[in-house]
Amino acid sequence: MSAATSVNRLSLLAGILRHVVLLVTGALILVPFLWMISLSIKAPGEIFHASFSFWPVQFYGIENYKKALTETPLLRYMGNGLMVCGLILALQILLCAPCAYALAKLRFFGRDLIFGLVLAGLILPHQVLSLPLFIFGYKLAILNTYSALILPYVVSPFGIFLLRQFFKTIPDDVVHAARLDGLSEFAIVWKVMVPMALPALIAFAIFSVVGHWNDLFWPLIAVRDLSLMPPPLGILVFKNEEAGSDYGPLMAASTLVVLPLTIAFLAAQRWFVEGLTGGAVKQ
Amino acid sequence: MSEPRAFSTACHRSLTRRGASFLAVSPACRQAFVVAFAGYGLAGPAVFFLLVLFLLPVVGVFFIALTDWQLGAGSFSFVFLANYREAFADPTFRASLANTAVYVLIVVPGTLFGGLTVALLIESGKSCRSFYRAIHFLPFMATVTAMAIVWEALLHPTIGLVNQIFAAVGLSTANWLRNENTVVPVLGTIGIWQNLGYAMVLFLAGLKSIPRDLYDAADVDGADLWIDRLRTVTLPLLGPVSMFVVIVVALRALECFDAVKVLTQGGPGNASEVLLYTLYRESFEYLRTGYGAALAVIFLAMVGILTLINALVMDRKVHYQ
Amino acid sequence: MASVLIESITKAYGLTPVLRSVSLSIADGEFLTLLGPSGCGKSTLLRILAGLEVQDAGSVSIGERVVDGVRPKRRDIAMVFQSYALYPHMSVASNIALPLRMRRLSALQRLPLLGRLLPRTTQIAADIGVEVSRTAKSLGIGQLLSRKPGQLSGGQRQRVAVGRAMVRHPAVFLMDEPLSNLDAKLRVQLRAEIKELHQRLGVTFIYVTHDQAEAMTLSDRVAVMLDGELLQVAPPQSIYSDPDNRRVAEFIGSPKINLLDGVMRERGLIDVAGSTLPIEADALAGTPLSLGIRPEALYLAEHAGQGVLTGSVRMVEHMGSDLFVHLDLAGIDQPLIARLLAERAPHIAPGQTLHVGARPDRILLFTRDGRRLRREADAVRRYVAPLREAAG
Repeated sequence: MSAATSVNRLSLLAGILRHVVLLVTGALILVPFLWMISLSIKAPGEIFHASFSFWPVQFYGIENYKKALTETPLLRYMGNGLMVCGLILALQILLCAPCAYALAKLRFFGRDLIFGLVLAGLILPHQVLSLPLFIFGYKLAILNTYSALILPYVVSPFGIFLLRQFFKTIPDDVVHAARLDGLSEFAIVWKVMVPMALPALIAFAIFSVVGHWNDLFWPLIAVRDLSLMPPPLGILVFKNEEAGSDYGPLMAASTLVVLPLTIAFLAAQRWFVEGLTGGAVKQ
Repeated sequence: MSEPRAFSTACHRSLTRRGASFLAVSPACRQAFVVAFAGYGLAGPAVFFLLVLFLLPVVGVFFIALTDWQLGAGSFSFVFLANYREAFADPTFRASLANTAVYVLIVVPGTLFGGLTVALLIESGKSCRSFYRAIHFLPFMATVTAMAIVWEALLHPTIGLVNQIFAAVGLSTANWLRNENTVVPVLGTIGIWQNLGYAMVLFLAGLKSIPRDLYDAADVDGADLWIDRLRTVTLPLLGPVSMFVVIVVALRALECFDAVKVLTQGGPGNASEVLLYTLYRESFEYLRTGYGAALAVIFLAMVGILTLINALVMDRKVHYQ
Repeated sequence: MASVLIESITKAYGLTPVLRSVSLSIADGEFLTLLGPSGCGKSTLLRILAGLEVQDAGSVSIGERVVDGVRPKRRDIAMVFQSYALYPHMSVASNIALPLRMRRLSALQRLPLLGRLLPRTTQIAADIGVEVSRTAKSLGIGQLLSRKPGQLSGGQRQRVAVGRAMVRHPAVFLMDEPLSNLDAKLRVQLRAEIKELHQRLGVTFIYVTHDQAEAMTLSDRVAVMLDGELLQVAPPQSIYSDPDNRRVAEFIGSPKINLLDGVMRERGLIDVAGSTLPIEADALAGTPLSLGIRPEALYLAEHAGQGVLTGSVRMVEHMGSDLFVHLDLAGIDQPLIARLLAERAPHIAPGQTLHVGARPDRILLFTRDGRRLRREADAVRRYVAPLREAAG
């Protein structure tokens, strides 16, 4: 029995070691987040007076957050972000779902060619397209409008791909039964396939919203007016104005920008992980 | 390609059977036409935008790269490969290539080993799994622009936490982002911090797919120490996933832009000039459209090569299962 | 070479009991099959024997040695898994060699590159190579040594798994449904090969399966498990024709045994389904009993009368040489299934009235709680004689 107890003791030790290492790496990962919150509630004097303490001597949070919300149109930025992400997602689903259904379940000449186009779009980094899209927007005179932020993303090759893969797993008999019940192809997409593909749709929605909420590259090119800026661009402008001197409000603004997705992530961790990596695994 | 052929032969057969009367189309054939029609109708809008927003711009970028066009200028002329020649002769672009390479070479191994280690540790026990996973995954979905500003505060030469800690334990401090020797490694560290959780999640999925029987077989065969289990079962079976992680993280590292834009603007000097940042600056700040397009083509080529390697490796590894 | 002794093994997953005090003694060189439906605990018992799982209570001895708490590799056992569990990245040769490498080479010697520089590594590795190819040849997979498992057929993988198990000459072979992933034809072929292997090696085999045919054809003894309990351990023929228990009788045999409720009339006669059947076992008059009649124990009778059951044909299944006739008996829901030789019963049609008789010596009697009721003489032979032998 002594062998068994020594094995137990060893596995207990290994278990403790596991927690120790993971807590240390986890803490290192969290340092920027914690420091962000810490600075956002400290007074300028305290920030410049070097110290390790997380909690401020004098709680200055209200002032910092008020300043972040009043000196910059931060709420406007976040509203812009919400609207742009929402519209992009809605249009993407509207365009991608029927196309994915056609690619998955219908036979027609040129289908493989279209799927090839989707795959090519899938591996294209969007930054490569920015220059022609910029010129395109210039010619259409939509630069510096919401349209410029939304239009390049109305169709998502990844969305088509993901939904097509999911639709493929739905048996053909479901489609046949729906046709016998008198549904049109259009109705089959929206009343049968899309509801069944809800998990894939949620994963895609998270992928899309996270990607566009965080995007800096394209908004930097497409818009100049403060009133149109999404959060990352807005906060960059704020930082450049402050020239990095007034950390308190800047950190408060950062916290507010990061917060919505973080809360959503903590509430629906599994879906986020699936949405942000599931596509990668399937590629 | 077999689908269209099947469609046409079905039609053909039914036509000949009915005495080749073109007016009397068989029900099967009509059904096929209806389906094809629906297919075009449903895929049409997406295909239109794919052509306008993806295919046309790609073709356009290759075309523009052959010209000396400057945005706003009324006319341009063909210079063929002059833009590429200029790029490879330009010290800024060369620095950009070199910095990008160093950045990728820091981020990829760091993310790979960090992510693998954390994944193995999380999977080795049962408690707190989703807690640890959530913490390590957090940076991957947080807004890079905002977090880069936080990193700037952390790395601040006088009041930054990093220098405070370094000074406290007696290490030499530095102005991390203004020193050309430290700036790329520091950006790389931020890159690892950001992508580690992504690699971890991919590895966790890989670990889950290793059949339990293999560990049992290893136990019976005598490979029952953790190091032997790791060498006999875990690491070899993670091989394909690891290769995949290398490629996708390399692709993400290649697309590094936000942190550079926020933290260094390519400085000091050219020390943190990276591919996408150079591309952005030439195209949209200096408005050298033709030259910027050439950089975009070079960037695309690098992404293409990585994707190709990925496809080839994935193909070769199929026999694993 | 070793006997295996299992004493009062108990195991539960959370609140769900999986094994309820299972005891079993397996002789050296015996081929014992654990037979039961999925979820009955047979695989768990095997994994406890292997040391892959730990029992909550009870003890396992292998070859007179108590092995509780001993790691799998020190138990002198080998195991063949249902999925074969071959290492997909290793060649067939490396797969088979692994158990030997892990035992004969030290951790340092096993290092890639560096290990080869250490003294004796090359020599030991060469010896292992010889043994591996000898094992592979004896299984007819000598030409596959450089392949990867992914390039092999199901049957070939199965042989590699057996090779990896036998290469180090274990005292006990554990096999967990090793044939269930193969198609029917191959299963029959490999069944014969496993039997041959057992005869050739002469070591103890413990074989887990849910397939009665495998259990019947391979085993010296079959241990029938249901719901975490051992119901009967006996040679295959007795399990079939002389079950201890109604659940065993129900589990073994296809189509299922016919079970009818009857009441004892007098010595040698029982009332059942409106008829009276002669029987061999005895009980007090008026005792309610269950009769088990295997489909092939029924025969066609000319007309109604004592010892004959009468019913109307519900359905006829043609099985080639045999017919399965489903008969509706008055007052009984379940049809009585009779297995008749096709040539003796040429034209039986649904709706027809049919008379069937049952041989008294083939009627199994159970008490209503499922225990078997034996003829007095049999009971003596079965229970008393061994006691006398043991005593004298």
